[in-house]
Amino acid sequence: MNRYIERAENMARLVDAGLRMALTRTQDAGEEWKSVVLSAGADHGFGAKYSEYTSESVADFLIRDTTNPSSALSSMETARFNARMVRTALTRETWEAINEGWMALKRILATPIDDRELPKVLDAIKRETALIRGCFYGTMLRNEIFDFAQMGTYVERADNTARILDVKYYVLLPSVSWVGSTLDNYQWESILRSVSAHRSYRWVYDAEYKPTNIADYLILNGRMPRSLTFCYRFLAEHLRFREEDYGQRLPCHQIVEDTLAKLRVSSIKQIFDEGLHEFLTDFIRDNNRLGEEVAANYRFH
Amino acid sequence: MVAFDEMLPEKSGLRHSYAAYDRWLKQQDPARLTEKMRDAERVFRKTGITFAVYGEEEAAERLIPFDIVPRIISGSEWRRLTQGIEQRVQALNAFLDDIYHRQEILRAGRVPKALIAENAAFLPEMIGVRPPAGVYTHIIGVDIVRTGEDEFFVLEDNARTPSGVSYMLENRETMMQLFPELFQKVRVRPVENYPQLLRQSLAAVRPENLRTPPTIAVLTPGSYNSAYFEHAFLADQMGVELVEGHDLRVIDGHVAMRTTEGYKQIDVLYRRVDDAFLDPLTFRPDSALGVPGIMDVYRAGNITIANAPGTGIADDKAIYSYMPEIIEFYTGRKAILENIRTWRCSEPDSLKFVQENLKDLVVKEVHGSGGYGMLVGPTSSKKERETFARKLASNPSNYIAQPTLSLSTCPILTDAGLAPRHVDLRPFVLVSDRIQIVPGGLTRVALKEGSLVVNSSQGGGTKDTWVLDD
Repeated sequence: MNRYIERAENMARLVDAGLRMALTRTQDAGEEWKSVVLSAGADHGFGAKYSEYTSESVADFLIRDTTNPSSALSSMETARFNARMVRTALTRETWEAINEGWMALKRILATPIDDRELPKVLDAIKRETALIRGCFYGTMLRNEIFDFAQMGTYVERADNTARILDVKYYVLLPSVSWVGSTLDNYQWESILRSVSAHRSYRWVYDAEYKPTNIADYLILNGRMPRSLTFCYRFLAEHLRFREEDYGQRLPCHQIVEDTLAKLRVSSIKQIFDEGLHEFLTDFIRDNNRLGEEVAANYRFH
Repeated sequence: MVAFDEMLPEKSGLRHSYAAYDRWLKQQDPARLTEKMRDAERVFRKTGITFAVYGEEEAAERLIPFDIVPRIISGSEWRRLTQGIEQRVQALNAFLDDIYHRQEILRAGRVPKALIAENAAFLPEMIGVRPPAGVYTHIIGVDIVRTGEDEFFVLEDNARTPSGVSYMLENRETMMQLFPELFQKVRVRPVENYPQLLRQSLAAVRPENLRTPPTIAVLTPGSYNSAYFEHAFLADQMGVELVEGHDLRVIDGHVAMRTTEGYKQIDVLYRRVDDAFLDPLTFRPDSALGVPGIMDVYRAGNITIANAPGTGIADDKAIYSYMPEIIEFYTGRKAILENIRTWRCSEPDSLKFVQENLKDLVVKEVHGSGGYGMLVGPTSSKKERETFARKLASNPSNYIAQPTLSLSTCPILTDAGLAPRHVDLRPFVLVSDRIQIVPGGLTRVALKEGSLVVNSSQGGGTKDTWVLDD
């Protein structure tokens, strides 16, 4: 359930960042929309339906297309379906927030999104998901239901952040001819924007966007709530609660510790030296494996 | 007198810079535009972009009205403007440096000595002090008015603590939220990197003996100040601390701010507090807004204050009238951007002329700002003029007068459709080791038909200002 709510929100965030690029960049926006689709992991489905990357086609596919199982609307539907199955496990506030959020999005997304109203639609998605998260966090008992639901959030979030970085890893690599160009600056800001970190970045680092700092922020910074390290610290914690509660150590515990160990490098430079792309590819693979292993170890299916 | 309309001048028809916007506008449903107007207000309320008007208790948090029709400037017009602005800003800084050092311009007799010596904005404490990189005024707002196709004038320089830049940024954000499709049709140069440029600019003028990256803070008089929103906004956007006077103290020759981990040294202070309140030990002893002893730290070169204390001498309205001479004196060229003809009431001949022509002139206080205490002759009543004449006669040197200009108009959206209203323009300039001007600025618009007063404290509104990428 939480995994899908997180996904719905991430889709809105990605499209928001894409829209921003399309509005502020004076060149062709097609490339940018393409990387939005890639970051969403939806290139295969998108390619089967469209040949051109435009704000209309991308926004429709990632936000309201129910043939795309990862669109914001599909995700909300799945989340609501799952919540309904475990209705008794949720507080009344949480269930109602999910149900109402789903109804609101269904209504808003019943007709194709008017290009002119896109910011409003994205705003609504972010607001509904925030409400759900707030109800969940403020009212749920801290038991295994809470732990597993939170793991869903963090596995999804880590996947999203890693993908965003991987799609654009090449703009983060040191390269003599590119560094400091306006193009780079826009690209870097777009990366930060798609994880809503373009403002907090300046609090932690410098006024200037630097590729190593951006990578450090999104991978290693334990205080940035969408960084890989942040997600994994919480994943490890929730799994440890299960281990203590059930008195049982399972393969998923090893995976989370291994991944966390890889994130405990001395500096981001080490990751760059060993290959950012390779690091991210491995991470995405291990993260998927963790999701599957948790489901298998705790007999979800 | 028919004013020059920047979209649709009477003689020549739709101007080229508005062509793309006009095409889009013609396709819009008027009802939808009206709805967008209400949306805009919601966005401003949600973001908390409010403004306090002194003396009006009811209006503790008021919105500045925002008009959804952009003011559009072509790339070539902008290039001309920026050349003029850069020249002016160079001259302003050179003038300040000179006034607080050798005073060559006074020796050369280009500006009367009395004007400096007897001016409250001149700070003797600054004599002989040279701020880092020689920059006195770091952040400047130059108010520009237009009267025709090629006629731009500088109305005034704001070299102390110009405000309004947050509106430039939020107006753009709001327009992008309201009309995303429009920005895909019209190529508008971005302004959003202003906070980053400001931070880089402040960092570049850090104290010269500092070896570490500077700690920067914005000093605000507090949340009751009319521009508090802007202070908080800029601090947040730059990623620097927002402080009040009581958060700061002088420790070991440095200014330090109170934090949960103890006191932390501050190297660059972007102050939005007036000179008089900056240091109770040097200036007004009753000031609770400043930092006791900060001027000593400043003179020792251990902190940069932006804008430097004493910069007010450069944007004084009496000095303004000498700007053409000042520009020529320091840059060796004629001013690219012209001044408005100004009568100094301190001079007997001018005073006589002003007294005889009150109803055709705009008369302003030399130190006034925000549209307070001025007389707009053509729209004033006989009684207002009589009262004003008495004030003028009792203290002539406190006033200057200018002709009533026919400011250009831009259309705003009213219940009855588009209607022209008078506008001015405040571009924002950053000075460090270089001069930077973000392509845009704050367009203020007089919302009342025929009114020439654009100040927000007097019922003016704002517009998003577009500089085209053409």
